[in-house]
Amino acid sequence: MTAGRWRLLGVLVLIAVLLAFPFFLRNYGLNLYARWALIAAAGIGLNLTVGYAGQVSLGHAAFLGFGAYLSAFAIKAGWTMWPAIPAAALLCFVVGLALGFPALRVQHHYLAFATLGFNALVFLAMRNEEWLTGGNYGIQRILRPVVFGWSLRDSFSYAYVCLGVLAVIAAIAWWILRSPWGRAFAALRDNPIRAESLGVNVRAYTLLAFAIGGALAGIAGVFFAPLIGYIDPHMFSGLVSIDLLLIVIVGGSGRFIGPLLGAAVGVLLPEWLRFMGDWYLVAFGALVLALMAWCPTGLAGLPERVATLLRPAPRDPAERAT
Amino acid sequence: MIDFVQLVVSGLATGAIYALVAIGFALLWQTSNAVNFAQGEFVMLPAFVVLALIKAFDLPLWLAAAIALVVAVVIMGGLFKRAIVDAILPQGAMTLAIATIGLAVAMKNGVRAGYSAEAHPFPALFPVEPIRILGVGFSLADIGALVLAGVAIGGLSLFLAHTLAGRQMQAAAQNRDAALSLGIDVDRMALYTFGINAALATVAALLVTPSYLAKFDMGESLGLYAFYAAIIGGFNRVLGALWGGLIVGVLSNLAGAYLSASYKDGFVLALLIVVILFRPEGLFGSSEERKV
Repeated sequence: MTAGRWRLLGVLVLIAVLLAFPFFLRNYGLNLYARWALIAAAGIGLNLTVGYAGQVSLGHAAFLGFGAYLSAFAIKAGWTMWPAIPAAALLCFVVGLALGFPALRVQHHYLAFATLGFNALVFLAMRNEEWLTGGNYGIQRILRPVVFGWSLRDSFSYAYVCLGVLAVIAAIAWWILRSPWGRAFAALRDNPIRAESLGVNVRAYTLLAFAIGGALAGIAGVFFAPLIGYIDPHMFSGLVSIDLLLIVIVGGSGRFIGPLLGAAVGVLLPEWLRFMGDWYLVAFGALVLALMAWCPTGLAGLPERVATLLRPAPRDPAERAT
Repeated sequence: MIDFVQLVVSGLATGAIYALVAIGFALLWQTSNAVNFAQGEFVMLPAFVVLALIKAFDLPLWLAAAIALVVAVVIMGGLFKRAIVDAILPQGAMTLAIATIGLAVAMKNGVRAGYSAEAHPFPALFPVEPIRILGVGFSLADIGALVLAGVAIGGLSLFLAHTLAGRQMQAAAQNRDAALSLGIDVDRMALYTFGINAALATVAALLVTPSYLAKFDMGESLGLYAFYAAIIGGFNRVLGALWGGLIVGVLSNLAGAYLSASYKDGFVLALLIVVILFRPEGLFGSSEERKV
């Protein structure tokens, strides 16, 4: 079989495993699984911005928060959560465009702090505007939806809803990356100056990278609020943005599978390693350090890294040069 | 008016502490292109070393602080530089920045799991009672913080301007290649700045912990404010980071008192974003060549 076929087979097996997984889980596990799916979906959005377009963002939790609050407003207003989906996508797209503007001026750590500052401002608004957001207490009792008399309230059904969200967002991201847009993003990341000289509109694509990444996270956020059942500002603070960035980087930024792996390390692994208690996060921090030192491409890049290490060093100096 | 003076003085005192942390941040950037996201945790750790020493051996505060200073310089200066920065910086500045986020997570939770998740009282360097000058009450702790931070920063400036090592460090920061060709051991100079950063962080820990209390996550907000200060002031210059710290401290105090207590951080963040958009080199920084 060719490499392409192997890859297709791998994707099919992954989908089959993901579809079968909820049958083996009980209530708590199902909620955890749904949480993994949504964090992975938000991570796919962030990966577009960070991994493919090369723009650092520490403001991604704010987009998740926009989606979650919009969904809570819609549900509390007595509508369903569905109108919140286009509303969140639109709001996050527009705010993402605005957040992209600093990226036109500055890069790297400056951009990291600018976006972290944005997230902190959003957090302040969520905490202080009590008339709208309920302040520190947040919004309680956010019910899951019922569609045409078919209840999605039980954890089993809702886990599949969240898996569906992940599938749709992954499909959108896949489509974007295969389109000329995706190629322009990669050009932007690898060499902005060359990209510009080849006719890529660097301004527009930088802004789009933030806008699309934000919109995808916003959609994930809409489903996040009913999953947990309540929301408060601390669920969308700058610290959560930092976690999201670490999740994408640990999984492998710029790799399609990266956010799914990273979200597993960030969401599922702590449950299995519960006996470690607070030491789990120490190990997680050490894992980030170790990956950055030996394999900056993250877990997704680990097989290739190991293969490079295992391959015998070329003897011919000319071969080594290539 | 009296309120105003008190607010400015206490803002300056807090700002001077931010400045200590921000200056260290700026020094690391200048000599090594290293962005340290664990800067707040570098303040938290010495505070816990002091606490642990006092608790375990019943040491007086000054002795515990002196030992903590040495420990900090060795671990957060030398070891951090050799084991983490030297290993990861060749992969890129942003990779190192991410690694230091991981380091911050590990340090915070290491203290939480290994020592305590609670907030602990911390012995004060200066008495808390207020003194009155010209009818205005000032807290001695604020005055003491200002003086000690001033001494530390003044001493650092004198060291940088008037000693051979200090001038070599400046040369290494300004133009690495030229400094190398003049025979300056650039790597050693970088190592010194890591030691200085750790020492400044320890001083900041002694000043800030009596009022913040020692807690594993105390570095989060402190580190953030120091970053904001460094960027607002301009972190390619030591003076920029100093002014940035003072501006942030006074601005958040005054905005909290006169404009909106619940949005006082918001004014600092708004200033940060305006500076990044319109003067990315910082209010007091010199413009850097844009790196391709």
